[in-house]
Amino acid sequence: MSARSSLPRSVAAHGILILYTLIALFPVFVIVVNSFKSRRAIFNEPLALPTRETFDLIGFQTVLSQGDFFQYFLNSMTVTVFSLFFVLLFGAMAAFALSEYRFRGNTLTGLYLALGIMIPIRLGTVAILQLMVATGLVNTLTALVLVYTAQGLPLAIFILSEFMRGVSDDLKNAGRIDGLSEYRIFFRLVLPLVRPAMATVAVFTMIPIWNDLWFPLILAPSEATKTITLGSQVFIGQFVTNWNAVLAALSLAIVPVLVLYLIFSRQLIRGITAGAVK
Amino acid sequence: MSALTLSNVTKSFGKTEVIAGVDLNVEPGEFCVFVGPSGCGKSTLLRMIAGLEDVTSGDVTIGGNRVNDVAPAKREIAMVFQSYALYPHLTVRDNMGLALKQAGASKAEISGATEKASGMLGLQPLLERRPAELSGGQRQRVAIGRAIVRRPKLFLFDEPLSNLDAALRVATRIEIARLHRELGATMIYVTHDQVEAMTLADKIVVLRAGRVEQVGRPMDLYNDPANTFVAGFIGSPQMNFLKSAPLGMSSAQMGIRPEHVAISAEAGQIAGRISHVEKLGGETLVYALTEDHGLLTVRLFGEHDYAVDSAVWLTPDAARAFHFDADGARIRG
Repeated sequence: MSARSSLPRSVAAHGILILYTLIALFPVFVIVVNSFKSRRAIFNEPLALPTRETFDLIGFQTVLSQGDFFQYFLNSMTVTVFSLFFVLLFGAMAAFALSEYRFRGNTLTGLYLALGIMIPIRLGTVAILQLMVATGLVNTLTALVLVYTAQGLPLAIFILSEFMRGVSDDLKNAGRIDGLSEYRIFFRLVLPLVRPAMATVAVFTMIPIWNDLWFPLILAPSEATKTITLGSQVFIGQFVTNWNAVLAALSLAIVPVLVLYLIFSRQLIRGITAGAVK
Repeated sequence: MSALTLSNVTKSFGKTEVIAGVDLNVEPGEFCVFVGPSGCGKSTLLRMIAGLEDVTSGDVTIGGNRVNDVAPAKREIAMVFQSYALYPHLTVRDNMGLALKQAGASKAEISGATEKASGMLGLQPLLERRPAELSGGQRQRVAIGRAIVRRPKLFLFDEPLSNLDAALRVATRIEIARLHRELGATMIYVTHDQVEAMTLADKIVVLRAGRVEQVGRPMDLYNDPANTFVAGFIGSPQMNFLKSAPLGMSSAQMGIRPEHVAISAEAGQIAGRISHVEKLGGETLVYALTEDHGLLTVRLFGEHDYAVDSAVWLTPDAARAFHFDADGARIRG
């Protein structure tokens, strides 16, 4: 056994990570477990698993019968997938330009784009709303896609340009000599090599978009454009909250984002760069 | 008509001048090696010929056509890179055929050229593999094959052997020399290794700090260096440089190759003390520390025994010595 992986050290490392996993998963666990219980059981014993007596699907029934939950799902999915697509596409293209080409103002442009990481986009909510009103985009999914694309780009460009600097110059030059266009060099040679970085960016971008309540509430609160997080709010009232329904809606909301995450995390793990350069 | 002409070519990155006015003429079929220490601009010069870097001023002419503003793909060149730079998502066959495919060649033409090139390099068993499934030496052979398939006017090699281990480096060097003979193509080869330069080149261009120090055939550079830089760079182990004054000569410096210094335990011109002995089997290198000239190297053929710290006398062969002035330029005659 090497010096880097002695038994006590790996036990300690695993212990800490397992503890962290438990803490991180605990709220999710409570939500999912309680969504399958009757209202009384939720309040009597919040941490207990559902038993034969307390098992109740009333929450899911309420969610699926009240409101158009399928539509909310679809809206969330549409917004997330399109935003993700544009963030990855434009982010990667900008990152390629910044890392590959020498032009006046290159560093300045990079810094300008990185500014967005430090300044939260919510500070501009009023201006964004005015802009959306002026362009007639209020209560459309387009408004959300545009805002989320802007929100995701700074970090995407920052991470991807670092990775693209690492892609062998020789490989890109070989492509140029063989007559590949800059677009083909970008799409066929560079993008596959930064796939793990793309997956990282995708995960970082996707989760805040899916979970966001702020912009759907302000920019697209209409029935037709509600996202799942906003849709779940109908069960939270000022005086009475339908906990069964809230928990069931949230449990359901986890599923699609989990699927997307699984898709990307596969890419994270897959080492496809071996053999391109030494 | 020459295969490649550079006339007063310069390159600046901002205010830094990397290439300071290079003139060069390469004849068709010639094997031309750019050699120099790292940072001398040899790779930049090669990339300018390839069209991967812009030329700040001056003209690059390939096969009689001025190509300053021609895209790399249209210059009819092929390049082999230090890091192989194979396309990871393509098989060996597709790697080799890509350039022709891009140029719009027919399927039969591509497969014919690929078969021929892979035959020359013994790559047939590997054609369906991907780069990840090849060893370093195989990858470099594929990269060379990819260059051959294009049938370019000019082959460009950018330190192609630097990533290979010593044995493979010698084998690949011989392979490149053989290909040059068989193809009769013009090749430009960049290296920092003077042994590669000496063994492969018809013509060596020695570069320092973006300037050409000397151009010539390997033996011309070895036997008739223009200055101390070329004299010191060509030949291994390095030439000894002695101060002329203690030897009673008028020049500022005298250069003598290690093989042209006689060593004796009894008598000679320069007194010294042995500081280290390297036995290589076929030859023995003796390093002697002298009072006036510092560390001098003596190269002896066969095996010799010298004790470290013993006193010796060294005698340079005056007929084989080179004389240089204070600026390092050669004083001839």
